[in-house]
Amino acid sequence: MAIDSSAGPEARARAGGGAPAVRLVGLQKRYGDVVAVAGIDLEIGAGEFFSMLGPSGSGKTTTLRMIAGFEIPSGGRVELHGSDVSALPPFERDVNTVFQDYALFPHMSVGENVGYGLMVRRVARPERERRVADALAMVRLSGYEKRRPAQLSGGQRQRVALARALVNRPRVLLLDEPLGALDLKLREEMQIELKAIQREVGITFVYVTHDQEEALTMSDRIAVFSHGRIEQVGSPADVYERPATRFVAGFVGTSNLLSGPAAAAIVGREGTFTVRPEKIRIERPEGPLAADEATAPGTIAEVVYLGADTRYIVRLDAGPTLVVTQQNLATTSTEALAQQGRAVRLVWQRQHSLPVDEGGDRTGGGIA
Amino acid sequence: MASPTLAPPPPPASWRRRLQAALYGHRAAQLLLLLLPPAGWFGVVYLGSLAILFVAAFWYLDPLTSAVRHDLTLRNFEQILAVPVYRTIVLRTVGVATLVTLLDVVLAFPVAYLMARVAAPRTRALLFAAVLLPLWTSYLVRVFAWRTIISKGGPVDWLLAQVGLPGASLYNTEIAMVIVFTYLWLPYMILPIYAGLERIPASLLEASADLGARHAATFRRVVLPLALPAVAAGSIFTFSLTLGDYITPQLISNSQFIGNVVYDSQGVAGNVPFAAAFATVPVLIMGIYLLGMRRLGAFEAL
Repeated sequence: MAIDSSAGPEARARAGGGAPAVRLVGLQKRYGDVVAVAGIDLEIGAGEFFSMLGPSGSGKTTTLRMIAGFEIPSGGRVELHGSDVSALPPFERDVNTVFQDYALFPHMSVGENVGYGLMVRRVARPERERRVADALAMVRLSGYEKRRPAQLSGGQRQRVALARALVNRPRVLLLDEPLGALDLKLREEMQIELKAIQREVGITFVYVTHDQEEALTMSDRIAVFSHGRIEQVGSPADVYERPATRFVAGFVGTSNLLSGPAAAAIVGREGTFTVRPEKIRIERPEGPLAADEATAPGTIAEVVYLGADTRYIVRLDAGPTLVVTQQNLATTSTEALAQQGRAVRLVWQRQHSLPVDEGGDRTGGGIA
Repeated sequence: MASPTLAPPPPPASWRRRLQAALYGHRAAQLLLLLLPPAGWFGVVYLGSLAILFVAAFWYLDPLTSAVRHDLTLRNFEQILAVPVYRTIVLRTVGVATLVTLLDVVLAFPVAYLMARVAAPRTRALLFAAVLLPLWTSYLVRVFAWRTIISKGGPVDWLLAQVGLPGASLYNTEIAMVIVFTYLWLPYMILPIYAGLERIPASLLEASADLGARHAATFRRVVLPLALPAVAAGSIFTFSLTLGDYITPQLISNSQFIGNVVYDSQGVAGNVPFAAAFATVPVLIMGIYLLGMRRLGAFEAL
């Protein structure tokens, strides 16, 4: 194993040459007849914050576990910085993992937990103590060395788990839904903090989540998983504004799909289209229309008041149902709820009708 | 939203309802009522007899009339300390119990580990059956089976002759006794260790490997410390069961255990006070042992 513990991330990025931090080639995992990962090809660049997004059972965690070395691929290979590690056990891979349940050792103090990786790799005590202190300072837990994991809150445990992984200065950090067990407020705080830490240490982060907002907030790039395959890889803006497939459109955001005759009538072209709910305006049934706008008449079937926004579920006369979100700029809850049952016309700019693939292969995500 | 419906009118107050109402909110009273029967049994039958045992230990047998005198005296304990053979018996009992416990830990750990962390569910069920099956047969049957196995000219002697030890025999030896005890109590060690190992989350082992620890290091630094309370819990069974046994020593070897002395004193000699005094010795040893095990966290694992 070649761990250069003295080199900073930049030095190691240079040492890694041009090879991507992680490269997956035809990666597969089967459990008997069940296919968890059905052949994945992916390259993750050094220093990237890369998210694997998908519903449970989509293969994202299994993929992460194969990168970590907890699962042995049924086919294909895992390369870290250009070398094939598919057959190596976890303790011989230069990656560290932050577990969903944190996996802190309950019989050790916080300091011992964080120093565990350094201890089993025989780093001398003075250096170990210094690095443990540094790592704890980075996650804002200085002075917690003597505590036991059981004495910490969920958010603190999460940060200890992060420090325990980062203290080893891995070239790739794997995070398996690390914020899943935290409440919403803390999760949002930690998202910002994680991103800041990643920028500071410059380590490649591979982040597994089923929370699309989390992925959009933090990532440089996102891979959307479904049924053991990758549906789309792209920046958050790519994935949100130019979803490649029907699945991506539905999973990242609200699906709002138009297809068949309804699509032909409303969009003016054959195919399947998605319109993001915040791009749609609700107008009176009649009125002027700009040349670059698409429109569809319908009835407000349901109104969901969300505080800052209101979500209107509109049944179009042409058949499909679209969701529209509107900021409550001057609308009160009573006013919003009174809209239910009203006949309206939905208006959006033509460029916001995004063509999506019906599934399977990705086609060019052009703009209509 | 459904309109609120009226609750049905309360049924006429009966003594049961009144009792319920009176107890509502009085947790202490509820607990007291609930625990009174078992607490009474425990207090009177168990602690009561233990108290009588302790008191009887200070009585003595009149050497002339062989009648029990109810005057308090320390002469039984003086006798236990003064007569070398009693000391030998105490040391032998504790020694064998310790040896049996250690052997059981060594034998049980791999089996429990296999059951908890390696075996597929089907294999695990089979292993469970294999571990529990002996407990379905009588203790005496199993001891007598071992008596046959290690009898003079029996299978063990034959085996010893085959490996170049003709004439050697385990018959009537303390080694035989240790072997039989180790066999008898092995399930009581396997099951707590199994439960302890099963409670260790798999992610802890993965985390250890992820942080660079090889299998041996993970075992030593994560599995073993976390399983230690379970081992201590199992050792309470093996140690105390050996400490209190008097049938196996009688049937397998001719050496005496604390239990044999107690049995003979109250049965053959009719010296109940001395039997009571000698019976306090294992109680004392067990008390010290349990204190030690508590420090290892054995009671959290039970």
